[in-house]
Amino acid sequence: MTDSKHIDVVVVGAGHNGLVSAAYLAKSGLQVLVLEASDKVGGAAATSEFSEGFSVSECAHFLYSLHPTIVKDLQLANHGLFYVATDLKTVALSSEGKHITMAGSEIQGEDVSTEDISNYRRFHTQMKRFSKVLASSFTHRPPRLVDGDMKDKLSLLKLGWNARKMGRQNMLELLRIGAINIYDVLNENFDNQLLKGALSLEAVLGSHTGPRSPNTVLGLLYRRVGETYGFRGPTIPSGGMGNVSNAIASSATSLGAAIRTSSPVERILIRDGKVAGVKLSDGEVINCDRVISNADPKYTFSKLVGYPQLETGFSRRAANIRMKGNTAKLHLALEALPEFTGLNTNDIGNRLVIAPGPDYVENAFNHAKYGEFSEHPIMEISIPTVHDTSLAPTGKHVLSAVVQYAPHNLKQGWSEANEEFTALLLDLLESYAPGIKKLVIASELLTPADIESRFGTTAGHWHHGELALDQFLMLRPFPGMGQYAAPVKGLFLCGAGSHPGGNVMGLVGRNCANTLLEAGAASD
Amino acid sequence: MTDLEIPPLLLQTPFHSRVSAACEMNLWEDWKGYTTPVAYSNVELEYFAMRNSASIFDITPMTKYRITGADGHAYLDRLVTRNLKNLDVGRVMYTAWCNDEGKVIDDGTIFHVNDDTFILCAQERHLDWMEWSALGFDVKIEDVTEEIAALSFQGPTSCAILKIMGLTGVENLKSFDLQHYPFGQTQLMVSRTGFTADLGYELWIEPDHAEALWDALMAAGRDYNVKPVGAEALQIARVEAGFIQAGVDFVPAEQEVRVERSRSPYELGLGWLVHLKKPNFNGQQALKEEKLKGSRFRFTRLDVQGNKPAENSFIFNRQNKVVGVVTSAAWVPTAKRNVAFASLEMPWGKPGNELWAEIYYLRELKWARVLEKCTVIEEPIFDPERRHATPALDY
Amino acid sequence: MKKYDAIVIGAGHNGLTNAAYLAKAGLDVVVLEKNPYIGGATVSRELHEGWMYSNCSYVCSLLRPEISRDLNLPKFGLQVIPYVGGVTFKRDGDYFGNYDDHERQYREIARHSKRDANAYERYTADVTKQTRFIRPFLLRTPPDPTSFKPRDIQELLFLAKSFYNLGEKVLGDTLRFWTMSIGDFLDEYFETDVIKCHLAGSGIIGTALGVYSPGTAYVLLHHYMGEVDGSVGAWGFARGGMGSVSKALAGAFQSFGGEIRADAEVDRILATAGRTSGVVLANGDEIYADIVVSNLDPKRTFLDIMAEEDLPASVVKQAKNFKIRGSSGKLNIALDGLPTFNSLPPKSPLMTGDMHFIDSLERMERAYDDWKNGTWSQDPYVDMLIPTQVDPTMAPVGKHMMSVFVQYAPPKLATGKWTDKDRDAFGKTVIDQIGSYSPNFKDLILHAEVRTPQDIEDEVGLTEGNIFQGELTFDQLLFNRPFPGYAQYRGPVKGMYICGSGTHPGGGVMSAPGANAAREILMDLNHPTTVPEAYPDD
Repeated sequence: MTDSKHIDVVVVGAGHNGLVSAAYLAKSGLQVLVLEASDKVGGAAATSEFSEGFSVSECAHFLYSLHPTIVKDLQLANHGLFYVATDLKTVALSSEGKHITMAGSEIQGEDVSTEDISNYRRFHTQMKRFSKVLASSFTHRPPRLVDGDMKDKLSLLKLGWNARKMGRQNMLELLRIGAINIYDVLNENFDNQLLKGALSLEAVLGSHTGPRSPNTVLGLLYRRVGETYGFRGPTIPSGGMGNVSNAIASSATSLGAAIRTSSPVERILIRDGKVAGVKLSDGEVINCDRVISNADPKYTFSKLVGYPQLETGFSRRAANIRMKGNTAKLHLALEALPEFTGLNTNDIGNRLVIAPGPDYVENAFNHAKYGEFSEHPIMEISIPTVHDTSLAPTGKHVLSAVVQYAPHNLKQGWSEANEEFTALLLDLLESYAPGIKKLVIASELLTPADIESRFGTTAGHWHHGELALDQFLMLRPFPGMGQYAAPVKGLFLCGAGSHPGGNVMGLVGRNCANTLLEAGAASD
Repeated sequence: MTDLEIPPLLLQTPFHSRVSAACEMNLWEDWKGYTTPVAYSNVELEYFAMRNSASIFDITPMTKYRITGADGHAYLDRLVTRNLKNLDVGRVMYTAWCNDEGKVIDDGTIFHVNDDTFILCAQERHLDWMEWSALGFDVKIEDVTEEIAALSFQGPTSCAILKIMGLTGVENLKSFDLQHYPFGQTQLMVSRTGFTADLGYELWIEPDHAEALWDALMAAGRDYNVKPVGAEALQIARVEAGFIQAGVDFVPAEQEVRVERSRSPYELGLGWLVHLKKPNFNGQQALKEEKLKGSRFRFTRLDVQGNKPAENSFIFNRQNKVVGVVTSAAWVPTAKRNVAFASLEMPWGKPGNELWAEIYYLRELKWARVLEKCTVIEEPIFDPERRHATPALDY
Repeated sequence: MKKYDAIVIGAGHNGLTNAAYLAKAGLDVVVLEKNPYIGGATVSRELHEGWMYSNCSYVCSLLRPEISRDLNLPKFGLQVIPYVGGVTFKRDGDYFGNYDDHERQYREIARHSKRDANAYERYTADVTKQTRFIRPFLLRTPPDPTSFKPRDIQELLFLAKSFYNLGEKVLGDTLRFWTMSIGDFLDEYFETDVIKCHLAGSGIIGTALGVYSPGTAYVLLHHYMGEVDGSVGAWGFARGGMGSVSKALAGAFQSFGGEIRADAEVDRILATAGRTSGVVLANGDEIYADIVVSNLDPKRTFLDIMAEEDLPASVVKQAKNFKIRGSSGKLNIALDGLPTFNSLPPKSPLMTGDMHFIDSLERMERAYDDWKNGTWSQDPYVDMLIPTQVDPTMAPVGKHMMSVFVQYAPPKLATGKWTDKDRDAFGKTVIDQIGSYSPNFKDLILHAEVRTPQDIEDEVGLTEGNIFQGELTFDQLLFNRPFPGYAQYRGPVKGMYICGSGTHPGGGVMSAPGANAAREILMDLNHPTTVPEAYPDD
């Protein structure tokens, strides 16, 4: 077909994974059209102006696992991807100013014992080793266990071999540690509360778990996957996360993909059990026989496809995906750079963490179980304007904080609680950075309810579904839907709800594109 | 709220006063939590009442769901394997429904009662599956089992008796038609349906009027030797009619514990209920694939030599290898056959296959074993003209 | 001093089972018990005159029928009587009951939700699928996944084949089941809180996790894989109390010529040059044998009665990291008569089963939060039974014995060790909860024994008072139980073995760990096994 209007694949949603998929497919010579509901690309990986002159990464604000193969294949550096800060340290804040600083395998701080320092080095190596086993499964589709083909069997063997070649003791340790909670592991290894608190936060960020929930070690391993391929700490892209998306979009466009923003897809059209195209909310119909959805699986199946087009058992599994959004985002426009008690100004551009102990984090989580927001929340703070002055008027600053726990299903409802929670968060910040409240020019709190309405993510869940063992690898998003291709012929998923999962990594998009290309090759 | 009484082990149907008065054998069983008669007086005479005059069988324990709402029709069409497009108001359809794997959950009848009201009637309970199936549809599903009392009224004189009872024009109901009649202060729903492959009707009424309905039938049928019949007599008629039963001839899918024990419609001889070309329905993909790749089992009705029912028999092929088992069996008196339903491994069970049933039978406390030759039955063995004739005559 | 063929430390049911199978093989075996009575946590004790308390374990289902039959336990007095019923009382005065017959149970669920009543069938089928998968592994030694020995590879293949036979989707469900929380699992089936709550209890009993902690679905499975006379999932009372189980096992052991010494606390397992030669008792006596089997939990075994220098450092670390959490307490109560309950008709058949007083998953989860905070649950989950309604031998006629298992109670309080005052307050919390649903309960109490996790540890020797000798979570199951590398019952010292519930397949009065360990010991001795194989599954 040479008809210029012919479209091989429509990608619904220009999140970073959708864009990666589009770029790879375009690179393979397919005619790809990306349709995005909002007026800019990026989905949750976007930069927006939340107050006049002040811009911020809307959801995730650090990059720590974007896969280098993707950066290279899509030549993102040539398309404007540029880091203003790399290898950032993590500062675990203490309200008394006795912070500890973590950089790679090293930790510093006045109250940190030498045992903790050496234990952390060992722990860091160990976690990295385990993350590497995980990472080895991330770059391709998860294997089917029973109905698999040769390729599945090979990747299963490879996973087993990667686990095995760490040596017997390490393999045994991975078997044990893979399913347990971070709280116990931290207590086995360390004394320092701030250290344990910061690591607890890392393990639970973005999920409906507390550090005492089993399989939160997995959360930590997952977060550190980027360290196995070159990231040595959080990274900040120039212009915020939106520019990562812009770079991928630019690459995709240069490879021949078309991207239309402000074009919300209302429906994925199905005819005779096969994809027939998409219908936009303005009524326009675009015909094609393959559609990739970057939306979360629940949204894709319930809203875009519609359960009536699927079968009951499949719908039931989709409806039962565990996704309880707990993560809010606080944006502050600041008159000047705040001062955190005891924190050297040189360090303020790092990743600042408020999680002064594992029990503190666990208690913060308790509220989320009962539909309440945390009385004493945890925060991951970035002040990107330290590195990137383009985000705020000269001399002024932006504070961006990922905040937990703010459950989507808040009993009192978010419309009235937003203000209350914002005030609580400001008080919390004030206790670490006295005077910060006076610096606030404007604030924005994106609760999971806002994230749901702004980005379409069900329950405002950042990872498009809990990242836990029961929704991991071939079980992600659910058994029977573990390999990107839906039972409706021509429908694929490329969002974080599929393997390997969330974070700005790009691998779901790439794996999905590969699956689509293989499926095409098989049926053509 | 609780009333501080121990709830009864078994319930009684709204017909119980009449049923228990008639049940001389006092022989009962638990059917879906109701006390129901195994037999009233003499199984053989009960069976012949069904085939020769008219019979009453209390089907109140059957599970009944009322489906209402704008998407009712579309919802049911997605639920079941048969194309319901032509299920107009006033019509009933027999169908099966499957899970995603294309395995039969149950079979039953759907009544299109009025514009946006349907009733689904089945042996097993399905509210969980039906509610999950309703995701994305504007429908309301209610379990109305206890709100509707029902009798199956079957036999050659059934139409004549209903006319005497005052149901004018009932003879004009075609098979699978339904019609409402005034009955006292209430409405009686009559459908020309049944489980016996004979002329017959099913009567649906509010529980408060159940006893009156029973009495009216008995009064109208006074000169026709109407008999209430129990489960055993019906079992013979069912086998003669060639109808399968959930939990007896197949394990309802989604309830099976052992993987791959359930059966597809093709594997139960219900392939005629599957309309692969209709829009999306549960099991469609799996059934398409099965159609392409072949089934694992074949459901066959066998005519077994001799007169000993082949209950629970293993079926052997000529190489003396077990190729399947019998799920239901009976000597059927009207058609004069020794019928067995068998689930056989593919490719066995084709017409002309040489098969043997291993039958154990008891004579004066001594068990004996015979191998009897079986012939695959291709046509219905009991399908009288009166079953379909409209208008129905006074047979 | 006489030298035995084998010494078994601890006369718990697994120790006795192990000893019985070794003795059956002709070995000269002695069982050493620190207490003046045998049974460990499987005991009947007369702590109030005329009343027998099953004051630790209190019901029986998981005991492997192969073992009961093989060791001829009925001959030695064991009779397990099934019980039915069960009820969860609601705060609003209603209740949810558990009837033994299918249809009355259906109607009882339907009274709360018709949809749930029907979903219950799917739930039962799905859970049964999972128990069918696990049951064949109970009387098998878990393979070592890191080993290349033919037997391990063969057993791994058996495991892989069993997985494979489930098919892709059921296998997916199995993996989910083993890793998800009981709360999330039940949410996929039911809409009614009290029903979820009634079922969720089995997911947390004996476990230091909340109903929404991943891994608790498996704990439920553990409670469902038993049977009483082939009725899978059924529970029963050992006539005369749980002591009848250990008494029968001891009888079987002694019939094979075995010797039991009570009041014989072991101080240390002797080890020289990487092999054991016997034990030293607390009184200084030494007893010799080439085989020493410990029925104690892994922490007690490796950290208390073995010298650190006799063990590889890795084992000491593994033992320290082993999760064995005290999470439950127990009340045993002598009653002057049968209590009545506000919302139940007198003589309700529900009362012969397990009774509970917490009606929502949120309340259950909050009970767990109390435990995390280092206090006993202020609104606890209790598993309460009155076995004397079924078993006439445990109390005077017309009087009753009540067993109240309480979740959660921490091994140590935030304020420090349990004091007598704490124990009284804990007991009062439980008694008040029951009392608020039963008008005459408090007046009927003649005697109550309140056991905190600390008491259970002190008396029985279970670390932290954990009833399973170690958490039954994914990281401590199968070849990870008690810890990777030592799941095949052999200790790190030659001739030394472990046979308690801290080994596969875990606790619950199964006797399987003891029997499995015996099979391994006999294999090492090149002796034909005396341990029966599991009945082939149907």
